[in-house]
Amino acid sequence: MISDKKVIKVENLTKRFGSFIAVNDISFEVGEGEIFGFLGANGAGKTTAIKMLTGLLLPSSGEATVAGFDAFRQSEKIKKNIGYMSQRFSLYEDLTIAENIRLYGGIYGLSNKHIKEQTNILLTKMKLIDYKNSLIASLPLGWRQKLAFAVAMFHDPKIVFLDEPTGGVDPITRRQFWDMIYEAVSEGKTIFVTTHYMDEAEYCDRVSIMVDGKIAAIDTPSKLKQQFNVKSINDVFVRLARPNMALNQ
Amino acid sequence: MIADKIVHVSNLNKSYKAVQVLSDISFEVKEGEIFGFIGPDGAGKTSLFRIINTLLLPDSGRVSVFGLDTKKDYKSIRQRIGYMPGRFSLYPDLSVEENLSFFASIFGSTIAKNYHLIKDIYSHIEPFKKRKAGALSGGMKQKLALSCALIHKPDLLVLDEPTTGVDAVSRTEFWEMLKNLKNQGITIIVSTPYMDEASLCERIALISQGKILDINTPEAIIAKSESKLFSITAEDKYSLLKLLRNYSDCKTAFLFGENVHFSCRSENADKDKISEYLRLKAVENFEINIISPNIEDVFMELMTR
Repeated sequence: MISDKKVIKVENLTKRFGSFIAVNDISFEVGEGEIFGFLGANGAGKTTAIKMLTGLLLPSSGEATVAGFDAFRQSEKIKKNIGYMSQRFSLYEDLTIAENIRLYGGIYGLSNKHIKEQTNILLTKMKLIDYKNSLIASLPLGWRQKLAFAVAMFHDPKIVFLDEPTGGVDPITRRQFWDMIYEAVSEGKTIFVTTHYMDEAEYCDRVSIMVDGKIAAIDTPSKLKQQFNVKSINDVFVRLARPNMALNQ
Repeated sequence: MIADKIVHVSNLNKSYKAVQVLSDISFEVKEGEIFGFIGPDGAGKTSLFRIINTLLLPDSGRVSVFGLDTKKDYKSIRQRIGYMPGRFSLYPDLSVEENLSFFASIFGSTIAKNYHLIKDIYSHIEPFKKRKAGALSGGMKQKLALSCALIHKPDLLVLDEPTTGVDAVSRTEFWEMLKNLKNQGITIIVSTPYMDEASLCERIALISQGKILDINTPEAIIAKSESKLFSITAEDKYSLLKLLRNYSDCKTAFLFGENVHFSCRSENADKDKISEYLRLKAVENFEINIISPNIEDVFMELMTR
């Protein structure tokens, strides 16, 4: 359930690189327990925005609090209290499953005892316990992505950022991944997710669509479709990202 | 030599050590068609493309391109193939223009000679032709890579996941470019993990775990599907999905955008029975329709068979 408590608050957030404004005065909030879809075309400013929200990049101006911490002054605290997983890089291929978990657990300052216990619980639950000492490189991509998500939540963060988590994954595993997202949300986590699969936008409680550094639209998927009088989020996306193309259709 | 079949592969196998990445692959690509390999990462698409490109040898099986043998005649084949690898493989420290003229010169050509072929694509990045390739945005890199693969006027274009990581709108634009190239007589083999791109190919092979699940036109592959498929919507999709999974006759239940696609084990499943179950479970305002499957439905059906 989405609570009234806001775990991400962004107001007039801006990032400039020289004369180029990558993120231009964006404002939004994400409620606790919400699945928030963060969409946009390549180059619209999504990655820059995510870097600011995850404490990796200092904003130029505006305000942002994530998990109760300030993006300007408390970026280290933000990093400790969020989980992050991306498609491009998730786990170390030349380490085993158990070694990857130990590394991540260690980085977040968890005790060895806790890491050992939780590793067994996690891998048993995921039915991967027999592969505990297998190298990541030997696992199918779908397993890796699901495991990477679990590892990103190993330190029990309040918010998990998923950056294109399902890119290139087969259609069944992609859906299993969303099962994991729904399960995490039922346990009180908040999910901030980006995707290029427009059907996945429909699985979010709310989505925002970024165009040229600004948030061009933000609402529930059904309200967005109503607002633009179209059948799918893909059509909403086309309308916003390529107004000329939509006119020709 | 003029061949009706541009690519001919029969009983191809390839392993890396103990892992078999391609098993018993056979297919043909006809002159002038857009042929798509649709499948997830790790299905074997890249290995197969490297074999077609003469960059990798199969363990067994026959592979010919333009009627030529990929082992013996690799030099002549390479003259006539344009290849866009999955990873950006141009020189990041050369400018846009330098990359393009480098690729042209390797094949003894010039940019001017085949400019008409790349004009539609290259014109988008030409204003930045002095910029280093490494400093381009993702979409511009993709256009430059395609221009470089085209500049020697190949008869066959092999594109390995050109749209991966590309947003939905730019993907549509990319496919428009491919259609234009096809109209100029170039045969195109393309791979993609996006199931919705299948309908943009004339014929497709569905590939998973090194095996071809089916080959045909997208329409024919869909027509063969045996499942009676229901599309069901309700306010709370996830609760609906869980309820449907617990339905005694449930065969598959998958989220599909705002709907759940649902199939039953018994052949006489109908809307009334499912509606009755949902009403019993107090689901409000649901809608249930019989639909014909799309490629993604069929892919999942074949994967689990």
